[in-house]
Amino acid sequence: MAQLTFREAISRGIAQEMRRDETVLAIGEDIGAAGGVFKGTVGLFEEFGPLRVRDTPISEQAILGAAMGAAMTGLKPIAEIMFSDFFAVCWDIVVNQIAKSRYMTNGQVSFPLVIRSGNGGGLRFGAQHSQSVENWAMMVPGLKVVVPSNALDVVGLMAAAVRDPDPVIFLEAKCLYSSKMEVPDGDIVDSLGRAKVLRSGGDATLVALGAMVPKALKAAEELAGVGIDCTVIDVRSLVPLDTVTILREVTATGRLFTVEENPRLCGWGGELSSIVSEEIFYDLDGPVVRITTPHIPLPAADALEDMAIPSVERIVATVSTSMNA
Amino acid sequence: MTTTTSHTGLDLEAKLELYRVQVALRQFETRAYDLFLENYVKGTSHLSLGQEAIAAGFAAAMRPDDYTFATYRGHAHTLARGVPMTPVLAELMGRTNGLMAGKGGSMHLTSVEHGVLGSYAVIGAHLPIACGAAWSAQYRGTEQVAVCFFGDGSTNIGAFHEALNLAAIWKLPVVFVCENNLWMEYTRTTEITAVPNPAADRASAYGLESIIVDGNDVDAVYEVATTAMARARAGGGPSMIEALTYRHGGHSRADPGKYRPEAEVAEWLARDPIPMYHARLLAEGATEAQLVEIEHSVAAEVEVATEEAKAGPTPGADLLMKDVWADGGSAWRN
Ligand SMILES: Cc1ncc(C[n+]2csc(CCOP(=O)(O)OP(=O)(O)O)c2C)c(N)n1
Ligand SMILES: [Mg+2]
Repeated sequence: MAQLTFREAISRGIAQEMRRDETVLAIGEDIGAAGGVFKGTVGLFEEFGPLRVRDTPISEQAILGAAMGAAMTGLKPIAEIMFSDFFAVCWDIVVNQIAKSRYMTNGQVSFPLVIRSGNGGGLRFGAQHSQSVENWAMMVPGLKVVVPSNALDVVGLMAAAVRDPDPVIFLEAKCLYSSKMEVPDGDIVDSLGRAKVLRSGGDATLVALGAMVPKALKAAEELAGVGIDCTVIDVRSLVPLDTVTILREVTATGRLFTVEENPRLCGWGGELSSIVSEEIFYDLDGPVVRITTPHIPLPAADALEDMAIPSVERIVATVSTSMNA
Repeated sequence: MTTTTSHTGLDLEAKLELYRVQVALRQFETRAYDLFLENYVKGTSHLSLGQEAIAAGFAAAMRPDDYTFATYRGHAHTLARGVPMTPVLAELMGRTNGLMAGKGGSMHLTSVEHGVLGSYAVIGAHLPIACGAAWSAQYRGTEQVAVCFFGDGSTNIGAFHEALNLAAIWKLPVVFVCENNLWMEYTRTTEITAVPNPAADRASAYGLESIIVDGNDVDAVYEVATTAMARARAGGGPSMIEALTYRHGGHSRADPGKYRPEAEVAEWLARDPIPMYHARLLAEGATEAQLVEIEHSVAAEVEVATEEAKAGPTPGADLLMKDVWADGGSAWRN
């Protein structure tokens, strides 16, 4: 057992898989000797050397194109896109090439690759380095999308993503990089497509993702103090989506609140809300309520950014208002 | 700058095979065009009529386990690697006996078992992907080479430059082949490009030699391909080759290509790679009867492929939801 930060968990998960399988390689900007701009790959270069942990030019299309070509010819690359906002400069490779090619070729090629990226706000970086883009990735047929919320899940989900034969977008909440938890020693392998129930309560179900998970948990504690008992679910994997767990827990409480960092329109909670209304409408005791970042680019100033991203206070206020209406 | 013209050391038998491949590509593409006009080939299709020598010359220089990366103008490159005509034609016609059972279409021909790792229809994207396959071959130590074909117009997109730089710094076993047919869709490439030779003039920016070859001379193409592939295989890194050629028809579908000056078209038709090679082979000792026999046997092959493709069933709903994921399915939830 060791205390591990979220960022240390990234390199621990990658190292675990690189030790096991020499076809697993890591590429990205500054990921080698520098250990990554967020220090998510510290130690890998020293352990695995420059052929397996490779610095690239600032060429996001080349990074992901190389990962794709390598994945279709026997390697399992883990590519880093430094900030998830930068997916915009290489989205063709992700959406048109990686995601579509297995289907278009009638299953002739597979893409066992992982694309890691620092995602979301809270660091006062301004609009071009702060967006939560999980909804971009979720809407693309052919991509799996994983968003861990804690160090233990980072290690296990990284292993699951590397072992998965399909392309996985692995989004790392930047504001969680220095969060810490106890992580057991030894290999840890989780599985994709499983949500986790972190807390059970009879009144309402809060479904959260990534950096919103610790906030939802904190909010649930405060809500318990005012007599509202909440279930909290960590979605962990948007694709595949564990609707079995989510629908079961929403049915049990009759209320669904989503807590999402992505801007409002077409956020993942919208899809969840649609599934809930199609499939368990008559089990609901009240409207589905989405707590999201508003539909704006994220501002830089701390005072403004804190207003934009869902906060514990906003979650508590929204849930209690709605539950008491 | 190296400007290469012939000669190869290939014996007559090998040259007759180069002739056969070019004739097969020519007759296949001509049939594909007819079938498009008859509405058997749906959607779109981009033919390599006039550009056959490049596909034939490179394929002959490749090892069976080398990788081809082509564009939407990829029928010729796919066939040249040995993919039979029937599945290619059936793919164009959207039939289950198509190369990808109809799920890819004309612009995405792929046959992994023949080393054809795909035909890509977003300009530029496959250059970095070819780098990835080359990186993989380098890491695995297999001495495979990736050959990546693209058009003159594709040299102005960012991915081209990202790929060249990556290939150069990592010394990747990749050969970039610009098929310079002078035109993008309907615009002359030199009108919107900062340099006259869109690929060769950029090579030096990535520390590569400028290589221009007559893309209508299959022997010259074969020779330059052999040199570049040997260099890549030996760890000498990437090459970029600009092959000068011309498309006989329009850009795609039934485009008559009227935007091109008649004199230019006439000049290039007079340099048609197939009659030129026919004449050379006669001069080098082949008989007219041998060449005619090749043409006839290819024609028969095209007939059979046409009938087999037309007889192929149209795909059913069972294919629709298949193969998004490696487990063969498309489920996104439990
Ligand atoms: C990114 C992108 N932009 C535009 C197009 C549309 N498009 C298809 S082919 C083409 C012309 C390409 O010309 P060139 O590279 O010379 O290849 P050629 O068709 O002559 O073989 C264009 C603009 C595209 N497919 N992808
Ligand atoms: Mg062109």
